[in-house]
Amino acid sequence: MSASSAFSDEKGGSSSVGEPEYGHDPASGGIFSSDYKRHDDLKEMLDSNKDSLKLEAMKRIVAMIARGKNTSDLFPAVVKNVACKNIEDPNQLIRASALRVLSSIRVTIIVPIMMLAIKEAASDMSPYVRKTAAHAIPKLYSLDPEQKDQLIEVIEKLLADKTTLVAGSVVMAFEEVCPERIDLIHKNYRKLCNLLVDVEEWGQVVIINMLTRYARTQFLNPNLNECLLEEGGESTFYGSDADQDEDEDEDKKDEALSKRKPYVMDPDHRLLLRNTKPLLQSRNAAVVMAVAQLYFHLAPKAEVGVIAKALVRLLRSHSEVQYVVLQNVATMTIKRRGMFEPYLKSFYIRSTDPTQIKVLKLEVLTNLASETNISTILREFQTYIKSMDKDFVAATIQAIGRCATHIGEVRDTCLNGLVQLLSNRDELVVAESVVVIKKLLQMQPEKHSDIIKHMAKLTDNIQVPMARASILWLIGEYCEHVPKIAPDVLRKMAKTFTNEEDIVKLQIINLAAKLYLTNSKQTKLLTQYVLNLAKYDQNYDIRDRARFIRQLIVPTDKCGALSKYAKKLILALKPAPILESPFKDRDHFQLGSLSHLLNTKAGGYQELPDWPQDAPDPSVRNVEVPEWTKCSSREKRKEKKVEKPFYSDSEGESGPTESADSGNSTFYSDSASSSASGSEQSGSGSEESEESEERSDSDEEEEEEEEEAKKRKTQKKEPIEATISPSGSLKSYELLHRITGEGLWVEYCFSRQPFLPDPHMVAVQIQFTNSAATEAKSLRLEEAKLQSGMRVKEFPEIEVLPAGESATVVMGVDFCDSTQAANLQLCTHSRKFFVSIQPPVGELMTPSFMTENEFKKEQGQLMGMNEITEKMQLPERCQNEHAIVQRVIAAANLSRVPCGSDKEFAGRTVTSGSLVLVTVATKESGPSQLTINCEKMVIGTMLVKDILLALTQ
Amino acid sequence: MIHSLFLVNSSGDIFLEKHWKSVVSRSVCDYFFEAQERATEPENVPPVIPTPHHYLISVLRHRIYFVAVIQSEVPPLFVIEFLHRVVDTFQDYFGVCTEAAIKDNVVVVYELLEEMLDNGFPLATESNILKELIKPPTILRTMVNTITGSTNVGEQLPTGQLSVVPWRRTGVKYTNNEAYFDVVEEIDVIIDKSGSTITAEIQGVIDACVKLTGMPDLTLSFMNPRLLDDVSFHPCVRFKRWEAERILSFIPPDGNFRLLSYHVSSQNGYPVGYRSLVAIPVYVKHNITFREGSSQGRFDLTLGPKQTMGKGVEAVLVSSQLPRGVLNANLSASQGTYTFDPVTKMLTWDVGKINPQKLPSLKGSMSLQAGASKPDENPSINIQFKIQQMAISGLKVNRLDMYGEKYKPFKGIKYMTKAGKFQVRT
Repeated sequence: MSASSAFSDEKGGSSSVGEPEYGHDPASGGIFSSDYKRHDDLKEMLDSNKDSLKLEAMKRIVAMIARGKNTSDLFPAVVKNVACKNIEDPNQLIRASALRVLSSIRVTIIVPIMMLAIKEAASDMSPYVRKTAAHAIPKLYSLDPEQKDQLIEVIEKLLADKTTLVAGSVVMAFEEVCPERIDLIHKNYRKLCNLLVDVEEWGQVVIINMLTRYARTQFLNPNLNECLLEEGGESTFYGSDADQDEDEDEDKKDEALSKRKPYVMDPDHRLLLRNTKPLLQSRNAAVVMAVAQLYFHLAPKAEVGVIAKALVRLLRSHSEVQYVVLQNVATMTIKRRGMFEPYLKSFYIRSTDPTQIKVLKLEVLTNLASETNISTILREFQTYIKSMDKDFVAATIQAIGRCATHIGEVRDTCLNGLVQLLSNRDELVVAESVVVIKKLLQMQPEKHSDIIKHMAKLTDNIQVPMARASILWLIGEYCEHVPKIAPDVLRKMAKTFTNEEDIVKLQIINLAAKLYLTNSKQTKLLTQYVLNLAKYDQNYDIRDRARFIRQLIVPTDKCGALSKYAKKLILALKPAPILESPFKDRDHFQLGSLSHLLNTKAGGYQELPDWPQDAPDPSVRNVEVPEWTKCSSREKRKEKKVEKPFYSDSEGESGPTESADSGNSTFYSDSASSSASGSEQSGSGSEESEESEERSDSDEEEEEEEEEAKKRKTQKKEPIEATISPSGSLKSYELLHRITGEGLWVEYCFSRQPFLPDPHMVAVQIQFTNSAATEAKSLRLEEAKLQSGMRVKEFPEIEVLPAGESATVVMGVDFCDSTQAANLQLCTHSRKFFVSIQPPVGELMTPSFMTENEFKKEQGQLMGMNEITEKMQLPERCQNEHAIVQRVIAAANLSRVPCGSDKEFAGRTVTSGSLVLVTVATKESGPSQLTINCEKMVIGTMLVKDILLALTQ
Repeated sequence: MIHSLFLVNSSGDIFLEKHWKSVVSRSVCDYFFEAQERATEPENVPPVIPTPHHYLISVLRHRIYFVAVIQSEVPPLFVIEFLHRVVDTFQDYFGVCTEAAIKDNVVVVYELLEEMLDNGFPLATESNILKELIKPPTILRTMVNTITGSTNVGEQLPTGQLSVVPWRRTGVKYTNNEAYFDVVEEIDVIIDKSGSTITAEIQGVIDACVKLTGMPDLTLSFMNPRLLDDVSFHPCVRFKRWEAERILSFIPPDGNFRLLSYHVSSQNGYPVGYRSLVAIPVYVKHNITFREGSSQGRFDLTLGPKQTMGKGVEAVLVSSQLPRGVLNANLSASQGTYTFDPVTKMLTWDVGKINPQKLPSLKGSMSLQAGASKPDENPSINIQFKIQQMAISGLKVNRLDMYGEKYKPFKGIKYMTKAGKFQVRT
């Protein structure tokens, strides 16, 4: 194949830096070919300082390869010599290409060399080499994920880089290696925002997507109390009684909350919005889309509108771009219809559009339909119905149906239009109309008996099964409105029953049943005839249905209770179907992402977090020396304020300036900031007084809280200390990670103390550490999904945990002697986290004291199936008795049988009290032996594994 | 990010593959072929296709599918935009982007792909940088390469990658310094049956061909910059300057490039008192009817110029997809030639230039299938045309200045209006 040969050809080209050295004078290899040495020598030669020795080694290796000898273990040494030479080249371009070649070798053996090279390149003078280093990071990571920690260090270092060349590449590496380490971004956030415009376009996409996620974890939702924001521009923050919010259903609680604390956008949040906006003008569709999704997810409602124009512009691009953009617009139009309404006509369909584009445009048009524009849209739809593309016509009919359900005024118009379509020549069109009409009629059947009659006549002509089934269902459901026609339809259907499709047959049975119940005089025989036909049908669904219906409606002496309710069952009022957009709720995926497009989570998708209830400490983004040069007076002001960490979330840019930014639709930040500074001065007086007021308020509150907390602490001190186990070195496990917990960090360990309130429970000691800037309130656990039989005794609620403090509590869990995790809900005043406690098998038992005789006796009773024996080779350092005892006891909560000849341990499981006996027999020579006797075999086998692991490692 | 790339021709053969990470078996394209089979038209293949282990993102250009294989989450537009960039680069290098051209230049193609992506992430997509790395093929160079066995890989180090203006190479030298700008506008229109305009939009671009020595700094100003309200720029344009002064200030790339594209619409998204209508340069009088019961249909079409500011309408081409029931069309054209394809039912009429004194018309009858009922739908008419020396939006360049260099360049501006998606419903 020409392609593959070219591939290797080209490979050779890219690694040509190394080629000459390998191929250096191959003839001379012949001289040395007889000279047979071990590889170690060659390695030594390659590692030496003398070039001549290296050269000779290389020649020999080439000779060996020529003779077909395996020299693969020399590979790293060779690579080191070939690539490393270039990595130290004075020319940056050569250094960069050398690194690129080196990092493209996908052989695990050179991982250490690659790591070294990347580290070196990351601190290179040339930004281009540093960029290449950033590119190499994901390559190494995919080669050996074990290197993650070291790579994160490199990423951290490169993130601090101040050049635009590096920024995009390092964020790319960050996203591939450690997207969860949002904490690495803090210090670099402002720099990334400021560099963004000058980064190359592909990097921009990656950075913007990452910053969207970041902002969602760090800032407050700007739309939570936007009504206040709007009014704030005119007069004051307070006293907004009238709620003008139309389409946002905020609950009362949020409103109350917002009235107490007016929302002010974090200056960093504003910085991001301001610096991304110019990129809407990018020529790259991916960049425009990235900014659009950022605005959709992060901007105050009043400002999101700017993206509409840019997205509409993309509709002129290639059809694939249109396809993706329309999908995203469809999702946006559900939440923010107003934004695209002015551009309604840009979504009009041309006969030359591909069908998939037509259908998407139709979706957008349907979402945009409202009382004001519906007549225009319907007129447009009328043209579409005449299209030659029948799939598209069917989609249009569906769309008309959806408009009709959402906008009451046009329901009759739509219905009439659809009824007219029933006489269309194309059967598909008729069929689709029937299905839609059926749904519409269900909303108000009493008004439309003439339509139902009309449709009854259609059964003679329409052959599409779905349409026939729909008509039959309609007639059956509303047979009271067409009492004369219905039995006749059944008669006709009974005649053709055997030739119908399955769905039609089922509806015929339904029709028969419904008529039998309402008009049994006329239809009794017909119904029985149909049921008899169905009884011998080939499809067993139909046979089943017939049997079921017969039992239900035809009263016999055998069946009793149910047939009384037959009418209620079959003729129950059915709720009208809701015609919904398939794009509803798709915005829980980050827009513009692959997952959003497919509406399923793609591999590696990073969830878009919910807004935090309280903003995390903004001071984490402060940098000691502000690096960026474009520090306007405005930004300086921000800087100054941010330094006071506790209050900054209520400060920064004030409300009035904010609304000046958003209110008048000046698109360009220059003019916006000038107008903002104007209003700033005028508004500054009131602003300050408010601030000081607030401050004094919160000061007081805080003092009180602190005191309370102190009190609580002193109260709690003693019981907590008592619970801490004397053994000291308990292994603790993480219950809630600091990042997911938004600063709340929870660990647990098994204290091995008896749990006093209930002896059948395992005591779990939980330590809460609050590393967030704000205090955490009302920490408690709630049962979530416990396995059956599992029980939990919660710890008393921790009312307040001040920032930086930690607290320890003990709870009891009855694990039912199984290592199944206890799934719990950890609640704070604002959030709920799902956590699980997974007990190692060794923690499911308590020590039991017994003499050696007792031990032997019990052991004798637990033989056969209950005994598990395993041979093992103990490593040297745990051959002495002390080490063995220590390791066994660390692995399982057992006690040693005193004065035993072997090392014997005993315990009982916590829940059922079954005995667990462990014996470790060591011999002078040969393998040692581990024996476990336990009634519960599962526990036994798991314990063997754990102890074996503890002893042999 | 992008794992592999497959190039598929219109007959469904994979004629080129490139892998940036490990090799993905060709069989992954079977999912693509399945989707292709399901789609009735080539352009209806979904651009994103999920498969059990990969995702396929494809674009269709020049009847070649460029199918990228993705393994994990990545913005689909990122991949689509990149693939289009690949096609643009091929076109730039080989003049055309066809299967034959790609096969002829397979070595250069692989070299380009290797440089454009590193480990699946875009590395060098800027044409200037690529041309520094890999020389575009010329007849002479191809010959020399065949004889000497050398490649197109550049001899010099690609310093462009390091520059602050990555789009421009350093040390450019020309004897004739020239800067030409083409203002090209495409007008997209839907006109309904009664002749009223449903939507009208103008999509404009300014394409430049700049061959200037050294590092010139250009500014371009407009007579009516307010027209340019919805624009996207080449990265070289200084955005701040545009915002503040409505002047395009930039250090141009060397050679051909698209300086900006803009969008003017007739919609109500515009400020009050602002020009709200897009002028429509041609009108169409049509009468296409089918009678019930008759196996004949009437076809009558006349074109005429309108609002063209005295400029001639040229290269007019009318096409219409007639209903399936039409067997043949028996028409006579007052000028130009018409063809009717009885298989695809496509009617095309090559009109040429419109003479305002004698309007071109196409009249006659269509024969329908005997006995068949009259078609429900009337065909829509698509029109293509060109108008030289006019930008339909009225955009005018005021002046072009050059700073930073001493010589005097030749300057030139050309205007042109073309029909984009110009559709008349009947």
